[in-house]
Amino acid sequence: MTDIATKPARSKWAALVPVAIVAVLLGIFAKRLADVEGGNDPSLIPTVLLNTPVPDIDLPPLPDRPPGLKTDDLSGEVSLVNIWGSWCVACLSEHPLLMRLAEDNAVPIHGIAWRDEPNASVRWLARHGDPYALIGQDPVSEAAIAFGVTGAPETFVVDANGLIRYKHIGPISEQAWESTIAPLIEELRTQ
Amino acid sequence: MTRLSFLLSGFFVIAITVAPSTFAVEPDEMLADAALEERARVISQDLRCVVCQNENIDESNAVLAQDMRRLVRQRVLAGDTNQEVLDYMVERYGDFVLLRPRMTPETYLLWFGPALVLIAGAVVTVRTLRRASQRTLSTSPQNLSADERSRLDHLVSDRASGDEP
Repeated sequence: MTDIATKPARSKWAALVPVAIVAVLLGIFAKRLADVEGGNDPSLIPTVLLNTPVPDIDLPPLPDRPPGLKTDDLSGEVSLVNIWGSWCVACLSEHPLLMRLAEDNAVPIHGIAWRDEPNASVRWLARHGDPYALIGQDPVSEAAIAFGVTGAPETFVVDANGLIRYKHIGPISEQAWESTIAPLIEELRTQ
Repeated sequence: MTRLSFLLSGFFVIAITVAPSTFAVEPDEMLADAALEERARVISQDLRCVVCQNENIDESNAVLAQDMRRLVRQRVLAGDTNQEVLDYMVERYGDFVLLRPRMTPETYLLWFGPALVLIAGAVVTVRTLRRASQRTLSTSPQNLSADERSRLDHLVSDRASGDEP
């Protein structure tokens, strides 16, 4: 008899197990959704190249815009390396910010014209303005793959020793510049 | 007529079973050496297209996947082993670029999790079944009323005396 009497008490707790599992799953889903909303998109691939030297590159220049861009150009001072292309619509949205940084001499910005037709790159710069110090052509993604690029635009912060210190995926927003990239550049300059 | 349609359906079955799975490799990308090309194909099937993310670079039509395939073939031609080519990509894109996760402490749960769940399920099932059978054995005679018990005793004793029809 005692055996029977204790059974319902146990199964009452057992009945809560599926409820608990569903609650935990809902919690995970809610967190993922909140991450995406908050700009922390899990499909963005984090770079494994942080704090490693910039890869070996030696990229040819655009027509009438020598020199190109090579690894040695990326040490000596803190700089940005921006992956872009005339075909890249999102690049246009960060372009005004890059132009302003160039006018203010905020930081040297080097460009990698990724998988672009050279004359198209030149026309695009003539039309929208040219914020770049040096530009190298990357017609077959040689540099893009070496940098672990997954799309354009992407921007790398390179320190004076030529180490990659930050990777920004997508267009740089005012907010990303003010809150993350500009303070990082200041910090790297004092090191 | 029936024989013809039988033959045709036979061809169809063969065609869909032996046809290679779709791939995006263009003829001009392929290496002249068939053995090296085959290795490049094998390597490419283990590398994730970082643009489309759920396709391997052998299947993807993204231009970046095409350039990654080209790089794989360059490395193979240069004498890299399959593992060296994969390592080269992992150095740049991280473990994420591998479609077949490596066995590291971080991925133990991924590799062994399903087995653990299976074992846990087996344990729960065995325990539940055992408890259920114990309960039937231990509770059923006790649930009989005095009247039922006497009838049962009567039936059992009838049978024991060999009084069968």
